[in-house]
Amino acid sequence: SVSPGDTSVLAGLYGPAEAKLSKELPDRAALEVLLRPKVGLPGVMERSREQLLRQTCEAVVLGVLHPRTAITLVLQVLSDAGSLLSCCLNAACMALLDAGLPLAALFCGVTCALQPDGTILLDPTARQEQEARAILTFAIASSERKVLMANTKGSCSVEEMQQCLAAAQRAADTVFQFYRSSVCRRYSKC
Amino acid sequence: MAAERGTAAEALVGKVVLPGDLLLLPAHYDEDAEGERLRLSAGAAPQGRLLCGPGLRRSGAGLLVTKCGLLRHRPAGGGAYWVDSQQKRYVPVKGDHVIGIVTAKVGDLFRLDVGGSEPASLSYLAFEGATKRNRPNVQVGDLVYGQFVVANKDMEPEMVCIDSSGKSSGMGIIGQDGFLFKVSLGLIRKLLAPKCEIIQELSQLYPFELVLGMNGRIWVKAKTVQQTLIIVNILEACEYMTAEQRKQALAKLSGN
Repeated sequence: SVSPGDTSVLAGLYGPAEAKLSKELPDRAALEVLLRPKVGLPGVMERSREQLLRQTCEAVVLGVLHPRTAITLVLQVLSDAGSLLSCCLNAACMALLDAGLPLAALFCGVTCALQPDGTILLDPTARQEQEARAILTFAIASSERKVLMANTKGSCSVEEMQQCLAAAQRAADTVFQFYRSSVCRRYSKC
Repeated sequence: MAAERGTAAEALVGKVVLPGDLLLLPAHYDEDAEGERLRLSAGAAPQGRLLCGPGLRRSGAGLLVTKCGLLRHRPAGGGAYWVDSQQKRYVPVKGDHVIGIVTAKVGDLFRLDVGGSEPASLSYLAFEGATKRNRPNVQVGDLVYGQFVVANKDMEPEMVCIDSSGKSSGMGIIGQDGFLFKVSLGLIRKLLAPKCEIIQELSQLYPFELVLGMNGRIWVKAKTVQQTLIIVNILEACEYMTAEQRKQALAKLSGN
């Protein structure tokens, strides 16, 4: 489970496993993401987040090595205190890393909140998210810091988006350092 | 197009690598500095044949890491690089010896569950001394130890219980009793290393029969059920115990 601040998400990855005939793809693995909220049944927000996560993961997972299989990623929200989507992205990447699926690159999620006065806040809390003019979430890949996914809620100008993107790319370095140190800790016990 | 930042492969041997890291091979250092045009034509392989093992893919001038783990290198025979990663899910590989569970008998074929994404097939003629008149006695639910002859991503995996000369060499149906359980693939590789300490220490405790499948499955049989369960618990715990903790646990058991 991954938690920046108080937001916490538990991720489980199953695969490559046998796929149902209706869902199997002949040339690559079929990736499915299930996001379960803390309370209540999954609704439209969860479905849209699942699709964003799925498209991001499909960009990095080397599905051509496992055709006609199904990879299932299940995410359970344990607590939500802001920046949920980027927390889900980080949990998804760590699950892919831990399960040993072949990846072309790593990715991380960073959320930026644009305050009414123009300042940029990274990883905002729930209250900061409510006060902000716009919230932008980026999924950034480890190879040359390319942008895999961008999600915006609210309105902002193009320059402001570019500034947020630059700030997010710098912040991504910290997250990748964290991935590296947790993997090193795990393999130091072998 | 800016050249990708890569690090020398030799510098990272024995260290943790993450997916997305690019490893540069020794023969390509100079060519990289001379710009893109030379890089395209420098597709010539370095001296000898370099083997690119699990967890690595060839990409342009170097090797791209696709799994996280420790980078290992073997200098013999042209050199080989691979990534030692911890995994629980098995992906069939040709030549691997695995333990399969018979799930169905379809005509002349047996379907075996080997823990991968597809069931493997095993022909009834693939046993030592089997002919059309002399069929092997295999029932649904039996355990079979065999090796893969066909195992790639595009086809259904196929197993046999004989080697290339027609002898069974230890493969075939695993007998009655005993206990089958699953561990991670990394532990199996550790146990299969020559002169494994764990197996030597356990053999001083009780005599037992052991079959290790590369798909993470282990079958154990000792004289009594209690001894079998003790060995099972020790093998499962070996993943997380250090050598001293293991020696302490075994000393306690042999003292009893």
